[in-house]
Amino acid sequence: MSELSVEHLLGIKYLKPNDIDVIFKTADHFKEVINRPIKKVPSLRDITIANLFFENSTRTKLSFELAEKRLSADVINFSAGQSSVKKGETLIDTVNNILAMKVDIVVMRHGNVGAGVFLSKHVNAKIINAGDGTHEHPTQALLDSYSIREKLGSVKGKKIVIVGDILHSRVALSNIFALQLQGAKVKVCGPTTLIPKHITSLGVEVETNLKKALEWCDVANVLRVQHERMDIKYFPSTREYTQLFGINQQILDNLGKKIVIMHPGPINRGVEITSDVADSNDSIILNQVENGVAVRMAVIYLLAQQIKR
Amino acid sequence: MSKKTLLNSKDIEIILHRLACQLIENHNDFSNTVLIGLQPRGSFLANRLANLLKTDYNIKNLELGLLDITFYRDDFRRKEKPLAAETTEMDFLIEGKKVVIIDDVLFSGRSIRAALTAIQSYGRPENIELLVLIDRRFSRHLPIQPNYRGRQVDAINEERVLVTWKETSTKDAVFIELK
Repeated sequence: MSELSVEHLLGIKYLKPNDIDVIFKTADHFKEVINRPIKKVPSLRDITIANLFFENSTRTKLSFELAEKRLSADVINFSAGQSSVKKGETLIDTVNNILAMKVDIVVMRHGNVGAGVFLSKHVNAKIINAGDGTHEHPTQALLDSYSIREKLGSVKGKKIVIVGDILHSRVALSNIFALQLQGAKVKVCGPTTLIPKHITSLGVEVETNLKKALEWCDVANVLRVQHERMDIKYFPSTREYTQLFGINQQILDNLGKKIVIMHPGPINRGVEITSDVADSNDSIILNQVENGVAVRMAVIYLLAQQIKR
Repeated sequence: MSKKTLLNSKDIEIILHRLACQLIENHNDFSNTVLIGLQPRGSFLANRLANLLKTDYNIKNLELGLLDITFYRDDFRRKEKPLAAETTEMDFLIEGKKVVIIDDVLFSGRSIRAALTAIQSYGRPENIELLVLIDRRFSRHLPIQPNYRGRQVDAINEERVLVTWKETSTKDAVFIELK
């Protein structure tokens, strides 16, 4: 099977294991493409893609835009800051106005959970969710799994711990779905206040001791504390957070084994991870960024394949 | 469905030797030439020719690449089934090189058109030639002709030319079958 079972990429929870397989195999080809002297293929010459970012983003937006351009699609960008959303326009109106300009695919980041699903039911375009509130961020989870697969050969049977602010993290939720779909074991680790109450119902274990979590795992995916989503204090101080959940070289040296360090960015150096760890050979943070372009090219290519004229 | 053998393994072996000799005539020791097989089916022929040149004609340092042209095709989204890519193995640049594109059957010429575009991603070659095992000369959609051809076939459109290689099938052979 070389087709996706879904019509939009709204979240990992809608995917089947074969979808992830197809995306990764396609991404392998695009990874080769983006390492050529001329990193561009003409496949999507007649496709127009709108990147709608109602929430701030640097890396994801750049990565999507680059992926789209490498596939020769026409790209338009939209940031909520400079838009008529501020003038009171609804989401459906905003998007339908953009689609009236003949847009085929919408890549959207939105602060509200389910914004992508909502949009997919009301507009006639392929929707790719680039993050909806604290819910899902499917392409990030795909590129994380792709990077693990590249580094360790496969994801199946591997032990992955997600460390940090799980409560506010769409990366965490999408990663849990993606990793479990591929047969990996997942633990989450962080202050109890930043771990969702019923997360164990997803089949993940909770570990509040960082050292124990790291001893157990093959891969540690480290997340940032999302201060901007916090309306109350979840822990006494950043210093205390760092002492209990910050990863430094000394902790890793005492494990007696090598583990892979990942971080979806942006990194708060010296808070959840020290500079020497982030820049070490065990860190695949920059590989994640490179793979992000290949994986997003694959997702866009596979969805575009379903568009018939 | 009727099926007729056009070339048997002996015929193919003779043709491969002739094509190898024709290549040597134009490219000497291949120091500035690269062979590029088109994935998936052209790669068998390219591999076979490369081995022949190395073993029987003592050509050293022969560079062989396998190029997938899926992302350059002009029928993307026009087919019922999705296009699945094959791996590209090109670990050299073709800047200033003489390139020989190798494919099994030349039919409409559209694959070669796509290959000509794809090759540009690896630099600007000095020139590009085309080698095919079977040239179906009356079915071209584009002004593309081979420089080296194994056998010219005047098949009608309803007929299909099928090449099998012993690497994937039981024997080397070329069949012509009525759809």
